[in-house]
Amino acid sequence: MTARTLFEKVWASHEVVPETPDTPAVLYIDLHLIHEVTSPQAFSELRARGLPVRRPDRTLATMDHSTPTASDQVFGRVPITVDAAARQVQTLERNAAEFGVELFALRDPRRGIVHVISPELGATQPGTTIVCGDSHTSTHGAFGALAFGIGTTEVGHVLATQCLLQRKPKTLAVNVEGRLPPGVTAKDLILAIIGRIGVSGGTGHVIEYRGPGIRALSMEERMTVCNMSIEAGARAGMIAPDETTIAYLRGRPRAPQGAAWEAALERWRNTGTDPGAAFDRSVDLDASRLEPMITYGTNPGMVVPISGSVPRAAGDPVHDQALAYMGFHDGEPMLGKPVDVVFIGSCTNGRLEDLRAAAGILKGRKVAKGVRLLIVPGSQRIKQEAEAAGLAEIFKSAGADWRESGCSMCLGMNGDTVAKGAYSLSTSNRNFEGRQGVGARTLLASPLTAAAAAVAGRITDPRGMI
Amino acid sequence: MEPLQHVRSRTAVLAATNVDTDQIIPARFLTTTTKEGLGKQLFADWRYLPDGSPNPQFALNRPEAQGCRVLVAGRNFGCGSSREHAPWALADYGFRAVISTEIADIFRSNALKNGLLPVTVDEASARWLLEHPGAEVDIDLTRCEMTLPTGAVVPFPLEPFARHRLLHGVDELGFLLGKRGEIERYEAARPW
Ligand code: SF4
Repeated sequence: MTARTLFEKVWASHEVVPETPDTPAVLYIDLHLIHEVTSPQAFSELRARGLPVRRPDRTLATMDHSTPTASDQVFGRVPITVDAAARQVQTLERNAAEFGVELFALRDPRRGIVHVISPELGATQPGTTIVCGDSHTSTHGAFGALAFGIGTTEVGHVLATQCLLQRKPKTLAVNVEGRLPPGVTAKDLILAIIGRIGVSGGTGHVIEYRGPGIRALSMEERMTVCNMSIEAGARAGMIAPDETTIAYLRGRPRAPQGAAWEAALERWRNTGTDPGAAFDRSVDLDASRLEPMITYGTNPGMVVPISGSVPRAAGDPVHDQALAYMGFHDGEPMLGKPVDVVFIGSCTNGRLEDLRAAAGILKGRKVAKGVRLLIVPGSQRIKQEAEAAGLAEIFKSAGADWRESGCSMCLGMNGDTVAKGAYSLSTSNRNFEGRQGVGARTLLASPLTAAAAAVAGRITDPRGMI
Repeated sequence: MEPLQHVRSRTAVLAATNVDTDQIIPARFLTTTTKEGLGKQLFADWRYLPDGSPNPQFALNRPEAQGCRVLVAGRNFGCGSSREHAPWALADYGFRAVISTEIADIFRSNALKNGLLPVTVDEASARWLLEHPGAEVDIDLTRCEMTLPTGAVVPFPLEPFARHRLLHGVDELGFLLGKRGEIERYEAARPW
């Protein structure tokens, strides 16, 4: 048999009907994740056609995008302040109840950002197909799943048939040699990769991240990398399952148990790319040569090493527009630029390891005067773990605002926004114009760089603070 | 979905590259639970001034851009989020086609499901279109060709099934529901 890639194996094992020149493949979906923002119209469509959800047992709903992070709105008697958000939350509750879909509602201890809770529960598994009406579904590829974002019409397709019509994408290997130096994180690695291939460099492709630099990463770090695959335009990002993956999944509530676990291990160990399998394209990168990265513009590909400067490209309209929005100038150094808000959270960097990294810097230090530090755990479980581990105490004594879980300031739908013109150093994944609030200026970086900036009040190399 | 065979219109030009879905429709407007009426919020942060009045500098607010059903944009249009609100907003505003040298994957797929035709063209044709706002184009879906006012005929790729669906107004969900037998057999044969 010819050597196949991880992607090709997962794809082939989910073809209900293979593609032909005239028709796309009918692809089976193992796990469908749902949230409140991109599902209401899909449920309406099912209702209009009198269709049930085909596999409620393969469907999992949570609320995260528009949910409040203020404890009194989540648990107290204070209503959700954003009316339309309250309506969406209620709509999801009604839809989940009517269609028999399991929902982690607002006060459920298992609730959190959709891409954080599914791995945490062990529902995200190697060799499976996972979709969600959300582009950062690519996160789950860290487990060797084929996971990608879909639109609301397709959410309806999966609800009704557990399948999607899909053309087979191409493959792109990103080979990472060397290990990340201390103080340089998975976030810096993926920002460097995007800087290298560009924000549309992965269009039409599924990326497989490979090589010793990837094997050395923890599951949390792998999720950070796969999460931002979409920022390179890729359909999905994948990492072959290995012993790190297995150790992470063992004993999780939704992972297979007993004999099923043994059978799963057998399958998972054969899921990786065969030696000699061909990719459509490949890119090589040496992790050991990286330094902390930071964005200066209005897309994640506009990124430089933290000791670098805003590139000189005056006259290029894209560059000029981005710099005008950011209030930056050609050739200015990034280090020392003041920040107003620091956001630590999101499905990119809102997991326990990220919070630990930030706490390492914040311990015994104070947030700079005039800076707002907002720390939002990726899930309620992470919130509890961070509190049990004493991290929350460190955050609070440093002067940070410690919240309930959710997407929060990553996209500013729930009222957690950055003011017009203010600089926000954020661990999230998008620095688009207005992403964190109208006129907000976002700089993307790692949790270490974020914590260092919160303490210094300006962009600072975190390596001097760990 | 209405069958779509031809789009004949003047073009509105948005020269920016990497126009992401957060610009097409900012997140604060995603709190809707229906598809209708999003055209008002299309490009909200570029289109309106802080006081809510139209920004005269913005391309779509120019008098000559009124009534255009074809949008020409810079490279990598529709990148970012998977929100289908983006094509809903464009279609609700009145666009039937978007032309660029590169269109992001999820946006392309969402657009095709909402009768909004994603047209990817070569660099030279795109440059010509960007330099000639208001040009009258004729997009012919039956041949996958676009005719420019210069007489130039520009072919564009379109996945055959998507083309078939658009031409005949075929509903994708209906097609998938018709595969029920195959889906049941697949589910029964799975080892896990
Ligand atoms: S945290 Fe941000 S990127 Fe992640 S799912 Fe929420 S809004 Fe999307």
